[in-house]
Amino acid sequence: GSQSLVWLKSQKIGGETVETGPKICLPVDKRNTIWFIFRTVKSEDSEVCSRCYLSEDGLIFYCAALKVKELVVAEYHRKIKEAFEVFDHEANNTVDVREIGTIIRSLGCCPSEGELHDLIAEVEEEEPTGYIRYEKFLPVMTEVLLERRYRPIPEDTLLRAFEVLDSSKRGFLTREELIKYMTEEGEPFSQEEMEEMLSAAVDPESNSIHYKDYIAMMVVDES
Amino acid sequence: MGCGTSSSTKDRKSEKALKAALVIQNWYRGYSARLKARQRYALTIFQSIEYADEQGQLQLSNFFSFMLENYTQIHEKDPELVARLFGRTLQDSKDRQEYVSFVDVPDSYNGPRLQFPLTFTDIDLLVEAFKQQQILHAHYVLEVLFETKRVLKQMPNFTQVKTSPTKEITICGDLHGKLDDLFLIFYKNGLPSGSNSYIFNGDFVDRGKHSMEILMILFVSFLVYPNDLHLNRGNHEDFMMNLRYGFTKEILHKYKLHGKKILQILEDVYTWLPIGTIIDNEILVIHGGISESTDLNLLHRIERHKMKSVLMPPISIDEDQDTDLKKTKTGANVVPREGKTNESPSEQLPKHEWEQVVTVFSASNYYEEGSNRGAYIKLCCDMTPRFFQYQVTRATCLRPLYQRVNTMESSAIRILKERMLSRKTDLIRAFQLQDRSKSGKLSMGQWAFSMENTLGLNLPWRSLSPHLVTTDKNGNINYMSTFQDIHIQKPVKEAQSTLIETLYRYRSDLQIIFNVIDSDHSGLISMEEFRAMWKLFNSHYSIHIEDFQVDELAERMDLNKDGSIDFNEFLKAFYVVHKLEKLNKSDANLL
Repeated sequence: GSQSLVWLKSQKIGGETVETGPKICLPVDKRNTIWFIFRTVKSEDSEVCSRCYLSEDGLIFYCAALKVKELVVAEYHRKIKEAFEVFDHEANNTVDVREIGTIIRSLGCCPSEGELHDLIAEVEEEEPTGYIRYEKFLPVMTEVLLERRYRPIPEDTLLRAFEVLDSSKRGFLTREELIKYMTEEGEPFSQEEMEEMLSAAVDPESNSIHYKDYIAMMVVDES
Repeated sequence: MGCGTSSSTKDRKSEKALKAALVIQNWYRGYSARLKARQRYALTIFQSIEYADEQGQLQLSNFFSFMLENYTQIHEKDPELVARLFGRTLQDSKDRQEYVSFVDVPDSYNGPRLQFPLTFTDIDLLVEAFKQQQILHAHYVLEVLFETKRVLKQMPNFTQVKTSPTKEITICGDLHGKLDDLFLIFYKNGLPSGSNSYIFNGDFVDRGKHSMEILMILFVSFLVYPNDLHLNRGNHEDFMMNLRYGFTKEILHKYKLHGKKILQILEDVYTWLPIGTIIDNEILVIHGGISESTDLNLLHRIERHKMKSVLMPPISIDEDQDTDLKKTKTGANVVPREGKTNESPSEQLPKHEWEQVVTVFSASNYYEEGSNRGAYIKLCCDMTPRFFQYQVTRATCLRPLYQRVNTMESSAIRILKERMLSRKTDLIRAFQLQDRSKSGKLSMGQWAFSMENTLGLNLPWRSLSPHLVTTDKNGNINYMSTFQDIHIQKPVKEAQSTLIETLYRYRSDLQIIFNVIDSDHSGLISMEEFRAMWKLFNSHYSIHIEDFQVDELAERMDLNKDGSIDFNEFLKAFYVVHKLEKLNKSDANLL
C-alpha cells in the first residue's frame, strides 16, 4: 500500500519548550531514508514518529530531537546548580535540609508543605544527616521541572481564595480573621510566618488586610 | 447535632475555607521563599565583588613589587619619582611637639575635651559626645595618636593574655567604622574596664562613616586600660587600604585643616599595632588567620613596624623578608585547645594540629541594611566559648521583609552593573564571539558563560538575568541590553570610551598609586610624574592605551596649565550615571 509517514517538523531551539511545526507527509519512495532513521529510532509506532524531525539538510534528526531534550535538561541542570550553590555555604555540595524548600520555591515551583515533605524524603540520605547532597537533589529536581510539577498559583485563584474567606464581601479581612484562618486551617503558619505576613499585609490605619491591594503590591514586587 | 442541612452547609463552607486557606498559605510560602532567595543572591553579589576586589589588590601589590624589583632602572630614568615613592618608609619619627603644639583648640569648641593622663571619665566623655554626633578636635586626635604610638612601641608582636573564672574576655571582629555596632556591644556587654577585658581583632576602620570615632574610643580605652583592652592589626589598619576604602576620605572631610597631619601620624601608629593576641597559651587571635605554612616563630621575631602596608613589600633588606602575611577579610581565628604553645618564642614550636577555627565578624548590616548580623565571643579558661549575635536597626520595628530585600537587591544590582560597565569592551567582545550570526542575541547559556568568564564572578547569572538584560519571547537574550540604562559620565568629552572605561576600572588602584607618589599630601602631582607612572602602570597591567592618548588626557587634566594635576578631582569625575535615578550619587560611587 502507499502508506505515507507523518513527520513533525521542529522549530529553532530557544527557551524551554520545543515547538512542533506543521506535519509533512512524505511519499513512500523516501522509505530507504526513513528506514535508516527507523533503525536508529526503534520506534514502536512506525507510522507516526513524533520524535523524528526532518530538516532541509538531510537525516539525523532523531538525534537532533534527543539533543533538544538534552539541551533543555542541561539548562535545567545549570539553573538548579546555581540555585543550589547560593545556599551551599561551605562550598561542599551540600545544603541544610531546612533551606531545600526555599531552593525549590526559588526555582519557580510551589509545592504544598505536604508535597515538600515528600520531596525531601526523596532527596535525603538513608540515614538523615540534616544535609542534602547535590548529587541526590539534582535528578529529582530535574524531573520536577521537566514534568512541570507544582505550578504556581495564578493571581485570580489567589484573589478568589481571599474572597471565600471574606464571606461578607467587605473587601478586606480583619487582622484577627487572617490570623485565625492562617494558623488554624490548612497547613498552619508558624508564628514567625504569621508575623512576617502581617507586617506587609496589614494596613496600619484600619488594622485590616485589603487583600486586593495586597495582592497587587506583591505581584508588582515580583515582576 | 444541629439540623441536617445546616451541618452539611457548614461542612461545605469549612471545606471551602480550608481550600482557600491552603491556597493562600501555599502562595505565601512560595513568595516568602523567593524573597529569601533574592536576599541570598544579593548577599552573594556583595561577597563575590568584595572577593574579586581583594584579588585586585593582589595585582596592585604585585605592581609595587614589580616597581621595587625594577628599582634601578626606574631610578635611572626618574630618581625623583623613586624617592617620593619609596622614601616615605625611610622617614624619621615626627616630632610630637612640632605637631600637637601647633594645633590650638579654640574656646568656641563644644566637643569633648580630653585630659591627659587619660582616665575612664574620658572614655565615657567620648562615648557620650559621639552619640551626640560631635567630632573630636584634631588637637586631641593627635595627642591620642602620639600617646598610643608611644605605648604600642613597647609591646611585643603578640600580646599574652590570661583569663580566670572571674575574668572572661570578649573578642570582637571587624567593625569597619560602624559606630552603632560598637555602642550596641558596649550596651550589651559593658564598657571596657579592669574587670571587663576585650580583644578587638582588627579592621576597625574603612567603609563605615565613623571610623575615626571608633578608633578614638578604642585607642583611648587602650590608653586607660592597656592590660585589658587589646588591639590587633587588621589589613585595613593600613594607609593604602584607607585610600581605597574610605577612611582617608573621612579624615580629610572631618578635619579639613589638620587631616593631613593626622594621616601622617596614623600611618605610623598602624605599624606598631600588635599582630595578634594569645590567650592562656592556647588560643591565637589574629586577623585573617594563618596558613599551613605560617611560621609563628618568625612572626614573633619580625620587626612589625616595617610593614607599612599589606600592598607594599617591606623595603628594608632583611633576612626576614618574609611577606607571608597575606591578610584576608575575615575576623578572628580562634585556635584550639590541643597542644600548648611553647613559652619561649625562640625554640622550635612543635607542629600542632589546630583543632578549631572560629571566625567572628562584628559589623552588622555590613553590605547594606539587613544584610547580616554581627557577633562577639566571650571566653574563659576551659569553658566553651559563648556567642552573642545582634543587628543594628534604625527604626524601633523592622521594616517588612519585602522592603528590606528590595533595598538590598537594588544596592547589589547597582554595584554589579557598575562592574559590568567597567568591563564593557571586553564583554561586548565576548558576546560577539559567540554570536556568529550577528543577530544581537545569545542563548541564556551563552550569555551566562560570557558574563562569568569576562567578569570572573561566580554568580547565579540565570536567576539574576531578569534584573540585568531583556529577553525575547523565545527566551533568548538581547545582549546589548546589558548596558542599556547605565553609562560613565565622560569627564572630558573628546576622550575615547575605551580610555574612559579603563580609567574607570582602575580608578581605585590609580588613586592609591597617585596618593603614594604624592608624599606631601598636596593633592597634586607633576605632569612628568603622571606620565612616568602611567607608562609603568600601562606595561604592568597590560593595558592597551596609546601613550599619546594619555598625554592628551593629561594636558586636559592640567586645568591651570601650571604643569601639575589635581588627581583627586580628576578621579572624582569618573562617576557612573544610572539613567533611572534622579539623584547623582557620585561620592558613593567613587570608592
